[in-house]
Amino acid sequence: MKIHEYQAKELFRAAGIAVPREKVCATPEEAVAAARETGLPVVIKAQVLVGGRGKAGGVKKVERAEDVSDVAAGILGMKIKGLAVGRVLVSECADIKSEYYVGIVIDRTSRRPMLLASAAGGVEIEQVARETPEKIVRVAIDPGVGLLGFQGRNAGMALFGDAKAARDFAGVAAKLYRVFAAHDCSLVEINPLVKLGDGSLLALDAKVNFDDNADFRHREWEAMRDLSAEEPTEVEAKAAGLSYIKLEGTVGCIVNGAGLAMATMDMVKRYGGAPANFLDVGGSSSPEKMATAMRIILSDASVRAILVNIFGGITRCDDIATGLLAAKKQADIRVPIVARLTGTNAEAARALLAGTDVTPADTMSEAVKKAVALAGGAR
Amino acid sequence: MSILIDKKTRLLVQGITGRDGAFHALAMKGYGTQVVGGVTPGKGGQEVEGIPVFDSVAEAAEKTGADASIIFVPAVFATDAMYEAIDAGIRLVVCVAEGVPTMDMVRVLEFARGRATRILGPNCPGVISPGKAKVGIMPSASFTPGCVGVVSRSGTLTYEIAANTGAFGQSSVVGIGGDPVIGTNFLDCLQMFNDDEETKAIVLVGEIGGTDEERAAQWVKAKCTKPVFGFIAGHTAPEGKRMGHAGAIISGGSGTAADKVKAFEAAGIEVIYEPQELPARLKSRL
Repeated sequence: MKIHEYQAKELFRAAGIAVPREKVCATPEEAVAAARETGLPVVIKAQVLVGGRGKAGGVKKVERAEDVSDVAAGILGMKIKGLAVGRVLVSECADIKSEYYVGIVIDRTSRRPMLLASAAGGVEIEQVARETPEKIVRVAIDPGVGLLGFQGRNAGMALFGDAKAARDFAGVAAKLYRVFAAHDCSLVEINPLVKLGDGSLLALDAKVNFDDNADFRHREWEAMRDLSAEEPTEVEAKAAGLSYIKLEGTVGCIVNGAGLAMATMDMVKRYGGAPANFLDVGGSSSPEKMATAMRIILSDASVRAILVNIFGGITRCDDIATGLLAAKKQADIRVPIVARLTGTNAEAARALLAGTDVTPADTMSEAVKKAVALAGGAR
Repeated sequence: MSILIDKKTRLLVQGITGRDGAFHALAMKGYGTQVVGGVTPGKGGQEVEGIPVFDSVAEAAEKTGADASIIFVPAVFATDAMYEAIDAGIRLVVCVAEGVPTMDMVRVLEFARGRATRILGPNCPGVISPGKAKVGIMPSASFTPGCVGVVSRSGTLTYEIAANTGAFGQSSVVGIGGDPVIGTNFLDCLQMFNDDEETKAIVLVGEIGGTDEERAAQWVKAKCTKPVFGFIAGHTAPEGKRMGHAGAIISGGSGTAADKVKAFEAAGIEVIYEPQELPARLKSRL
């Protein structure tokens, strides 16, 4: 789960990390009041849950009081990568001397949290990693003891080359790790971390992603969630225990298991079609779940054929077939359906579907070929 | 032979009195696995279809001589169950649960460092050595004894691939799990399969996210003496979206299927694009 910059900065502020004086605003009037309070010039920043807002014109510096309202209104009316900007952050202009990057992620290889720091602030860390990996300082963190003082200082020395700044950096890094661990984050990032004219460090931007698996012990996340950034059908699917991601194609896919679902999408493409979605019905699927899956797929008007690919284990093929028939009864489905059901209770499922207009298939390849043809053929 | 488990494996089922625990305990026993006990705190002394239940893993291990355990408790409690099994010195601990927080898993694996336990999972279907033993939730009928070792980050896709080994059958099939931080990775399984006399060929079933496949490929190029086949799921996955599995995500342009296929090809791993290609490919190399 992603949260907005202003929400991430609240976590930073609470942890004692210095952030600019700023205020989140939902209207131009609020922005005018905030700018008056902060003092000009100010920077007005769009709050959206996608990257690249600067390039899209979602971050603007304002020098004159009479321009605040118009600039704020302009940004509040924007759509960045399809997402409407609901709020802006009105922030003081910092006296920036130099910019840095610091972040913490889980390193899957060492199976530990990893502090990443670089003197190339303001640039995406992935880009730095690709182009000049030697410029990134990496520190593996022992989860038992956390980020240690000397580790932070050594990383700081590599970035700043002076002991005072290195000590300050170690302080920021230690607090950042505390945010990471206490809030079950999968990512925390300050980009840029800036050194001001007086030598102090300030978190100019903030990015925090939460580990969805930990939501059971973070009831507070629900209030922080911005549903406007999520595809409504994806939210509905999640509530029903389905994992669904909308794509651009015409072949609707209903599969059990994430790996098999991806492999099915890949094969649709391989045979010249285009998958309309990723959908994993999950382990123990009831007929009701299957009916919901059908409804979600059919709410996408681009779908021209539905491909059901089930390898039964815990999932029973007859449950899938029953759900499929129930969904057909509930709604007038005009889209052709191809079903490949193998594994647990496959025979019973085949018997249930015999005599209906559902096209059967024995193998994955056969099912994909048939579905692509029914969706209008290879393109 | 086989890897991780065989006829001698003595298995405990943690959470045996729950619905899933009881169901799979019987399924594994029915397959021929020696299910020697179960653990549910507070239910010691009971029995589940003739399998004795104990209050703690330590007590169960001492009284039954168990060397492996499989955990059937929800993600919220799975972490504690893993700690308990590690502390009791269980050799192999399989965690099926999906939804264990990543930092919890980091701490569990830190705790396991220097101890005797290998963790498989979480968010995995477990392991089966066909004809010998099953420590997992996979449908037994999809597997046949044979010589192909299969290691995968997925569940049902693993069954699909295994079913496509045809007459060659499988020595062992291991599901390592779909989470970003897991106890046993591709490399661990590759090394075991390479050392296993019964295994004549290896199939790696990877997916988008992370660089585990790339590291496995490097090892294959440098050390592996057996033919290796590779399948990658997620060629059509969009960037930045979690594709069901917590670990299946392309972030910042890294972890793509194309990267992994490239690494496989550079290491001499034969890349497969459809499960059905497998029988012919195996035949040409075995």
